[in-house]
Amino acid sequence: MAIIEAHGLKKQFKSGKTVVDALCGINLSVAEGGIIGLLGPNGAGKTTLLRILTTLLQPDAGTAQIVGQPIDTGSAAIRRRIGYVSQQGGAEAAATGRENVLLQARLHGLSAAEAKQRVSELLVGFELESIADRVVQTYSGGQRRRLDLAMGMVHRPVLLFLDEPAVGLDPQSRARLWDEVRSLHRGGTSVVITTHYLDEADALCDRVAIIDHGQIIVEDSPAGLKRTLAGDVVRLGIRVDELEQARTLFTNQAFVRDISCEDEHLRLVVEQGETALPQILQLVNDHGLSLQTITLDRPSLDDVFLHYTGRSLRDA
Amino acid sequence: MKVLRETMIIGLHSLRVALRNPLTIIVGLLQPITWMLLFAPLLKNLPTTTSFSATTAINIFTPGMLVMLAPITSLFSGIGLVTELRGGVLDRLRVTPASRLAIILGKAGRDLVVLLLQGLILVLIAWMMGLQIYPLGILVAFVLLLIVGLLMVSCSYAFALTLRDENAVASISNVLLLPLLLLSGLILPLELAPGWMKTLAALNPLAYTVAAMRALFVGEFNDVAIIQGFAVTAGLALLALFWATRSFRRSFA
Repeated sequence: MAIIEAHGLKKQFKSGKTVVDALCGINLSVAEGGIIGLLGPNGAGKTTLLRILTTLLQPDAGTAQIVGQPIDTGSAAIRRRIGYVSQQGGAEAAATGRENVLLQARLHGLSAAEAKQRVSELLVGFELESIADRVVQTYSGGQRRRLDLAMGMVHRPVLLFLDEPAVGLDPQSRARLWDEVRSLHRGGTSVVITTHYLDEADALCDRVAIIDHGQIIVEDSPAGLKRTLAGDVVRLGIRVDELEQARTLFTNQAFVRDISCEDEHLRLVVEQGETALPQILQLVNDHGLSLQTITLDRPSLDDVFLHYTGRSLRDA
Repeated sequence: MKVLRETMIIGLHSLRVALRNPLTIIVGLLQPITWMLLFAPLLKNLPTTTSFSATTAINIFTPGMLVMLAPITSLFSGIGLVTELRGGVLDRLRVTPASRLAIILGKAGRDLVVLLLQGLILVLIAWMMGLQIYPLGILVAFVLLLIVGLLMVSCSYAFALTLRDENAVASISNVLLLPLLLLSGLILPLELAPGWMKTLAALNPLAYTVAAMRALFVGEFNDVAIIQGFAVTAGLALLALFWATRSFRRSFA
């Protein structure tokens, strides 16, 4: 069953005389228990899409069903079952961590006793117990992000939206955050995560939707996205005087899609690296070529983004 | 019932956080207290043609200072709301099933409690300066103080949610504050004003609040100014609250 089903979502923003098309007809379906990454540059429309799906913003056109409820009418029913951690997090800086999570729990309808119990449990789980009674102002970026997650999880949502959760975190905090997200997901929570980090989408998500200029350009599993692309890249380090011979040899092989010379390397684009490597080694052996190095690179999501949008995500 | 519960939850939370910093209460009090200490003594020697001569000057002056607390404390609350808007705090509250009205009322409630505490301190100081106490009058005056506080904080929240900019909210509040205060007769009674100024003052809701507050402080409970003051202040407070809640519901993008 789909936990998110969106059709033709559109949203325009007017500021002064300029009109910005934030979303131009988004269709999206997310399976229950899935973890999907919305990958795109800043300004692509990711946050707008998230705010519509979390009932915070009314779309200009289109329909969506979240946890089986239409977003426009069943808002309260949706809000009980979803969690949302915005880019800024939303913790009150002057309040303590515990106060922040407690408030969230109480507004989700937990009784005072239930809330107290649940909040301690979460603070222990996210390893915030020792700083729980300090004001949030004093928290590090990583601690703050974990607190944001705790707030988003306090009512045990079945669907959690995370908007750019790893922005500004150091690598360790990031890895830690990923672990938290994975364990939530293992616990049965469906997750939607926006990111402009390729490795994040790659590491966490079982589906990735590339979003650019308010449209979803392509959606697939990370592996599927990479597979439909250029294939794997094999680089062969070969003695210069044998380069031409090797080139001719590999150009005639069916498994080689593309071939080029890079310095003293032969760069082969192949369908599937795993099966190509033994064949390559066999050929090198049969023709008495002296192979010095061999590397296999899989295309990154950056290559995928470049392929579909014509721009690198880093430049976008 | 649900709205009431959520209002209490948000109000108590915000109050606990606000009171952790004692400056919250003191800053708003500084200006009225300074007026009380350094201006009120001058009133004793005013010519006897004004109403100051009829009763003790402090009984005329204190209610004005009480009203002054409301805009000083609450007209700038919107700045904090813009900060919360930017920090995602409002989004995080809005994504819960909590009523929008409760979120606004709870936050406003914090300001009202602070206002109440400030008012009590102010009246205590006035009492030490010779204020003649009419208990019923003071009780009703505090109800009026809360209503005018609600008016100010709702306006400020509506500015904040419409303008979404700390500086803009601060500017508009500053621009409004002085004429609002001077044209309300809260420092000197408007009896002293020339005709054109009286006409202008008639358009200032705070003038009605001050008039009612004054009648309550001098024990003239039959004065029609009390009813007028309550009607104008409460009517506008409800409108402002509606405006703020409406802005809160729709102004997000």
